[in-house]
Amino acid sequence: MSIVFFQHYWWFLVSLLGALLVFLFFVQGGQSLIYQIGKKDDEFQLLLNSLGKKWELTFTTLVTFGGAFFASFPLFYSTSFGGAYWVWMLILFSFIIQAVSFEYIHKQGNLLGNGTYKSFLFLNGLLAPILVGAAVSTFFFGAEFVVNKGGITDLENPVISQWTTQWHGLEAVVGSTTQFHLWNVVLGLAVFFLARCLGSLYFINNIKNDEIQSRSRKHLLINAIAFLILFLPYLIKLLLKDGYAEQSDGTFIVEKYKYFNNFLANPYLIVTLLIGVVGVLYGIITGVFCKKSTRGIWFAGIGTVLVVLTLLLLAGWNGTSYYPSLSDINSSLSIVNSSSSLFTLKTMSVVSLLIPFVLGYIWYVWRKMDK
Amino acid sequence: MDLSLIDWSRAQFALTAMFHWVFVPLTLGLGVIMCIYETIYYRTGDEKWKRLAKFWIKLFGINFAIGVATGIILEFEFGTNWSNYSYFVGDIFGAPLAIEGIVAFFLEATFIGVLFFGWDKVSKGFHLASTWLTVGGATLSAWWILVANAWMQFPAGMDFNPDTARNELTDFWAVALSPVAVNKFFHTVLSAWMLGAAFVIGVSSYYLLKKRDTEFAKNSIKIATLVGIAGIVLTFWTGHGSAQKVAKHQPMKLAAMEGLYEGKAGAGLVGIGILNPSKEAYNDSENPFLFKIEFPKMLSWLAYSETDSYVAGIKDLVDGNEAQGIISVEEKMEMGKMAQQALKTYRTTECDSTKQAALIQLDENIGNFGYGFFKEPKNAVPPVGITFYAFHIMVLLGGYFLIFFIAYWFFNKKGILEKNKWLQILALISIPLAYICSQAGWVVAEVGRQPWAIQDILPLSASVSKIPTSSVQITFFVFLAVFSILLIAELGIMVKAIKKGVDNE
Repeated sequence: MSIVFFQHYWWFLVSLLGALLVFLFFVQGGQSLIYQIGKKDDEFQLLLNSLGKKWELTFTTLVTFGGAFFASFPLFYSTSFGGAYWVWMLILFSFIIQAVSFEYIHKQGNLLGNGTYKSFLFLNGLLAPILVGAAVSTFFFGAEFVVNKGGITDLENPVISQWTTQWHGLEAVVGSTTQFHLWNVVLGLAVFFLARCLGSLYFINNIKNDEIQSRSRKHLLINAIAFLILFLPYLIKLLLKDGYAEQSDGTFIVEKYKYFNNFLANPYLIVTLLIGVVGVLYGIITGVFCKKSTRGIWFAGIGTVLVVLTLLLLAGWNGTSYYPSLSDINSSLSIVNSSSSLFTLKTMSVVSLLIPFVLGYIWYVWRKMDK
Repeated sequence: MDLSLIDWSRAQFALTAMFHWVFVPLTLGLGVIMCIYETIYYRTGDEKWKRLAKFWIKLFGINFAIGVATGIILEFEFGTNWSNYSYFVGDIFGAPLAIEGIVAFFLEATFIGVLFFGWDKVSKGFHLASTWLTVGGATLSAWWILVANAWMQFPAGMDFNPDTARNELTDFWAVALSPVAVNKFFHTVLSAWMLGAAFVIGVSSYYLLKKRDTEFAKNSIKIATLVGIAGIVLTFWTGHGSAQKVAKHQPMKLAAMEGLYEGKAGAGLVGIGILNPSKEAYNDSENPFLFKIEFPKMLSWLAYSETDSYVAGIKDLVDGNEAQGIISVEEKMEMGKMAQQALKTYRTTECDSTKQAALIQLDENIGNFGYGFFKEPKNAVPPVGITFYAFHIMVLLGGYFLIFFIAYWFFNKKGILEKNKWLQILALISIPLAYICSQAGWVVAEVGRQPWAIQDILPLSASVSKIPTSSVQITFFVFLAVFSILLIAELGIMVKAIKKGVDNE
């Protein structure tokens, strides 16, 4: 099999991990709801116990997403992480404080007090989805950087990838020179509200407490509306916007309706998107209106995975630049020019055969523990 | 590159790695010990071992969370702060990190839930399996990250590709099973057992000191001393292996570890020594030591298993030593510059024959590519003081723990420990000593590797991300503050949990 196959396969895997990550953001969404849904101490305790058994999966998925991206598309790793420094640092800080909070809250001698750890959980629930969403949005709307693979031979200034704005990643959310920053914020917020929907659905499924269930259903409705108001325009904008298409000589040109064209080139992606959207909506609707139903998380969860997977595949497949450079179009990253060597991709592909096995035991243990 | 940017990036990586390493060895070491306790419970059905296992698992959990929290940053720091590095060797280096995630982290993350919350939900056997799988996952993850680290010390299994201007993987097993990686794994993990054992013995001695839970404490110590003995003996053994690998692949590091400036045959091993602070340059005439006690010929034996072998000194390695076949750094710098020039030519020229000539030139000199970045030969010398002292602290404390574990096994068996207050206090003091020993080991490995990110291939100065120094300074201090606060919180919780004790859960 050729390198082209493996590049597509690895983009699929990275996209799948990204999609699972967004689904698993139900933990973050839940954390962002602790003040609103867990009003009394014993209610909060229920939320905490429930989320406390799942947070490691989200965390681990993030770490694996990073590792897989590094192994398969190292040029993205070196360009984005080293350039958009502040966005990634903020994301990481929010996860650092999350990891300790689940363990340290309600422990004697925890120095900062329970309230602080609670606020840490909230903070991670707020920041992580917004920042990750905004960062993912730059896959479509681009970022300001230049890449020169031979840059290492410049002895005075050996630089391969460099950001061309002083904001170092914050421009993705605050905007300085890019005209697109607003859309990044839109997707960031959309992911945030989606995570809250998933969090509510998770509580409905996982916690047998009438008060929590009814509050969760109420918040589900509000957040679902907010999510749709943000996400639908984003989706439409995406279908109407330009993208960078990679030429056979490795240069890029601007193509009108690039992402729409990607749909036409891969019609099954329309199907996965639609099934995904229906799944999310069905999950939300049953969650809000069917007072007996607790299974909404599964529909919305699988729907989320399909939608995010489709979007990320649109970004990377069909000769598209998944990381367009706004500073120099030919510095843009595609799965062709940023991937690892054929040998590495092949080797990693063998390892990837373990993924179904990993998913299998996670599923098995999850079921066993929720009984 | 701006020197202060390199130093701050280096400081940040050192800071975050050292914080992470406060928690990891306890996870690995205490992990194995608690697995043994639970296994005894499983086999005997005796509830006292269950209580014992549960108590240590509780402490394990407190430590585990912050280990996870401090770990995530390290993975991403390769990208955020060492951007050139991530591209230049990402084709090789990324794979172990990805495998670590897929193979090890999920194992850990999934089964740790059962470990903490599953006592009443799953069968005894399933719980035991989960405990072992959690610790096994942690140990497996150590394997892959140490593979990555070992590769930086001894790059293997790759080829330089001029078209992509980076190193690419050609032999996965040469990386994953490199002798340096295998040795490093055992040395590191077994030393973690040593630390875990010292922790259990120290904490248990606290109960003996307070005259409470004495049966619990004695049972804990019984197993822990045995794990400690196994750990420290094997750590010494793999330490010897480690020295041999260093001698072979990183002779400069070995010379720095011993403060050896002039190479010689039958070199002695410094037992205790104080370096001369007025020695400023590797080639000035100052005596490197104010004072030292040496074991004759032992360094030669340690490095090459033969007492008369020649061990190269810093001066030989920098200036070259024809008699010993050592090329000078200056010559290597020439070759490095040739390689870099050839790469530049290859990438810019249109002419096929020039391209071919450049390829040949590149091929001949690629092994010294990294030397081309040096400004002067002395750039090749790592900080001798830190490396030397860290190495000797590690070895001396290692020796101390060898005696400590054997003696405490005996004292515990004979009931002497229970009666002797001073032994109990000494055991408590030994906990921080184990941490110092463990950290010192990493200081030797990493400071001794300087100035290289990847030995001979890429120095740190050419690895760093081009970001404002002020950004790195800010994140450095935020990490320092956040990690320090969390460490204090962890210690607070740990101390409370220990004081609360085993019977009063």
